[in-house]
Amino acid sequence: MIEISGLRKRYGALQVLDGLDLVIAPGRVTAVVGPNAAGKTTLIKSILGLTRPDSGSIIVDGREIDDAGQYRAQIGYMPQIAHYPDNLTAADLFAMMSDLRGDAVPQDEELVDSLGLRSQLGKPLRVLSGGTRQKVNAALAFLFSPSVLFLDEPTAGLDPISSRVVKDKIAKERGRNRTFVLTSHVMSELEELADDIAFLIEGRIRFAGSIHDLKKMTRQLSLERAIAHVLETGEAA
Amino acid sequence: MKTVVRKIARYGVRDLIRSRWLLGYAGFFAAATWSLLRFSDNETKALLSLVNVVLLVVPLANLVFGAMYLYGAREFVELLLAQPVRRRELFAGLYLGLTVPVSFAAVIGIGVPLVLQGASAASMRTGAVLGVITVALSAVFTGIATVIAYRVEDRVRGLATALGVWMMLAVVYDGVVLLAAVQFADYPLERPMLALMIANPIDLARLVLLLHFDVAALLGYTGAVFERFVGGTSGLVVAGVALFTWAAAPALIGARLFRRKDF
Repeated sequence: MIEISGLRKRYGALQVLDGLDLVIAPGRVTAVVGPNAAGKTTLIKSILGLTRPDSGSIIVDGREIDDAGQYRAQIGYMPQIAHYPDNLTAADLFAMMSDLRGDAVPQDEELVDSLGLRSQLGKPLRVLSGGTRQKVNAALAFLFSPSVLFLDEPTAGLDPISSRVVKDKIAKERGRNRTFVLTSHVMSELEELADDIAFLIEGRIRFAGSIHDLKKMTRQLSLERAIAHVLETGEAA
Repeated sequence: MKTVVRKIARYGVRDLIRSRWLLGYAGFFAAATWSLLRFSDNETKALLSLVNVVLLVVPLANLVFGAMYLYGAREFVELLLAQPVRRRELFAGLYLGLTVPVSFAAVIGIGVPLVLQGASAASMRTGAVLGVITVALSAVFTGIATVIAYRVEDRVRGLATALGVWMMLAVVYDGVVLLAAVQFADYPLERPMLALMIANPIDLARLVLLLHFDVAALLGYTGAVFERFVGGTSGLVVAGVALFTWAAAPALIGARLFRRKDF
């Protein structure tokens, strides 16, 4: 369970988070959506401790987050397509992460196999394609069986087959009572994967609750239309 | 050393020793040392030339490569920050993982030709001092690179800043000092000159090396002043302590910026 209250963050003149309150329920998939610059990334980075909020509190499993970051041992993070040190191999990267997690043994290598990464592990990350690096990212997020996973645009850059593999994995792990926080620009994908929506506008939560409730409230059939409806009419609270 | 620091540093080293850039850097020093020793009639002269190469190239390479490396590692650092590690430890690991391989590349580049050419015992000692200075200068300038990388958000502006810092310290500074010395030649300048030497890590490194060569008088005004002012051994100690302070300070500032930074 992640409880966020009164979160504020200002970058220069821009108030990115403006008193954001949100509870992320355990064992569910929460999609963070909102227009560009609504504060989605800043919210996720604040929970991970990458960004320091100006005020407000973030409580993960009953404890306020701190710099020691032990709470992050329970978290898996899949950033958007990223460049890692050129000359390390995927195997090095995995070994490094398991080192940093206190010699944690990789517990869940399912994605390594189902995404066909086994043969790529020994190659320097530099020579891998963007899509393959994204697969490495995905495999890494699940590798240590974390109880909370933050996936930032998890299927961006993936081919349809790999994208389906990752989505199936999310659905499967959700069934094992893991908590997911997702962002994506593909609403149909979120509709397929997510239980809850956290809808951000200008640094505040506009709507938080189940997708079902949002659709019912806006009397729309799809998530995309429901979101568009909220944006156009300013309805919902 | 903290184990997390060591772990992060180890992978930094593993990444960099496979880097072609680092190989080229070591190769450059090997070629410079070898050719200076080979084509100079006098070993001391060759080493003096090598000192000048080191004082020019090491700061430049560490600033530019350090900044490029740190900007390139931005996304990787975000991934590492999402692991259960403290920022302090992460920074120390990153810094060591950068500065250790870069220092050693230069030291090996200089050392191998010296040994292979069978340099005299005196030259080997000078080479050892040069090695220590190279490590210290690398620590100073990768430290400054961390300050730039975590203070200046934009990569292009950061690289420009790195080049600017190098120009200031390696080129402009000496000109200004010289100008001041000429302008105020009628006044007792020993103390201000000393302060100016210590305030620039490159001048400080030059001073330590040239005091070691025992040719400080040849260095002209400031070297002669320094030698007379503090004398042989205590001069080395003062300069050594100052250089050590220089090596530590930028990295500590970088660590502070890193701990407060929003990624």
